[in-house]
Amino acid sequence: MGKPKVATTSLCGCFGCHMSLLDIDDRILKLIELVDFDKSPIDDIKEFSGRCAIGLVEGGCCNEENVKVLQSFRKNCDILILVGECAMTGGIPAMRNTIPLKECLEEAYINGPTVHNPSGKIPNDPEIPLLLNKVYPCQDVVKIDYYLPGCPPPADTIWQALVALLTDEPVELPYELIKYD
Amino acid sequence: MSDKITFMIDGVEVQAQPGQTIMVAADAAGIYIPRLCAHKDLAPFGSCRVCTVLVNGRPQSACTQPAAEGIMVENNTKKMTKMRANLIEMLLVEGNHYCPYCEKSGNCELQALAYRFGVMVPKYPFMFPNRDVDASHPDILIDRNRCVLCARCVRASRDLDGKNVFQFVGRGPEKRVEVNANARLADTNADVTDKAVDICPVGALLRKRVGFEVPIGKRLYDSKPIGSDIEAQKGA
Repeated sequence: MGKPKVATTSLCGCFGCHMSLLDIDDRILKLIELVDFDKSPIDDIKEFSGRCAIGLVEGGCCNEENVKVLQSFRKNCDILILVGECAMTGGIPAMRNTIPLKECLEEAYINGPTVHNPSGKIPNDPEIPLLLNKVYPCQDVVKIDYYLPGCPPPADTIWQALVALLTDEPVELPYELIKYD
Repeated sequence: MSDKITFMIDGVEVQAQPGQTIMVAADAAGIYIPRLCAHKDLAPFGSCRVCTVLVNGRPQSACTQPAAEGIMVENNTKKMTKMRANLIEMLLVEGNHYCPYCEKSGNCELQALAYRFGVMVPKYPFMFPNRDVDASHPDILIDRNRCVLCARCVRASRDLDGKNVFQFVGRGPEKRVEVNANARLADTNADVTDKAVDICPVGALLRKRVGFEVPIGKRLYDSKPIGSDIEAQKGA
């Protein structure tokens, strides 16, 4: 039997949580002894090659593509883990949730004090994923199994949770590792 | 008649003076009852219900309920901790509590309670309410996104500062902290030295230009859970 597979993605996030994953330093050598990485920006694999044991999701859902990727993660991963505040609360992108989408776009592309946009149009190419009316936390879209809070979660949080799951131990984090910032 | 009251908290005998609340007696005995709106310098208010305990099986807020001879108080049990965690989670989804960019993070009592109860994420859907910020005052900021309506500022301004700067306006989901005459904070006699400013348990009332002064790792609740100071007094 091959090694269990791990997939990761960054939805509406800043890649800070992926940076935190890389921040496990040389333990990443131990990690690749334990797992193979599947679809992930770390190895640049774009599509799932098979069933994954663990999916790590950074960022919330701000557009239709985020929702589709999240749904494909739920479909292809046995255990789905939200990594970081944006995935579970919407985070910084969710600051727009109290402002109507039309106003946000008009401020960004037409009315903003530093905008240079002679066409006066809001980008609407079919290639651009449609924005959702607001930013949704991932647990509002699909069922989630574990949450690793933090902005980003410390490398130790991600490491301890992954090792616990891969060695069939309960995921129990000490007080110092549960932080929302 | 004896001037001491004896009662039980989670099977431990606790002594109280007549008229003392359950919370004050518990604090003196080194037993932490979680709280949010209660503050040692303010009269009890009983709005947040985080300090709810079972007194002879009935839910009562420990900050307002006087200790009585022979009562059996249930505090740190699985049932009560779960109920308190639920309350904290409801407060977290009701406002816009974004810890990553909040100046109060690490020193916030709401966040610290969530940490203490092991809340990874609220189980309720976030409401993303639209709330106003008042940054008119040169030294103080009101961010209602983070307000939990504990009334600490209302009480501190009235009872400690003698000013009555803050009041509640509206009811239900419309309820919010406003300042005198529905004006801006800059139009009041609020001052940065007021006790009302620092007494806010969350990041709703903030001093300007001091944010993020204390580095991560050295803030109030970074390494020790809220209530550790009270629990450290046990047996002292």
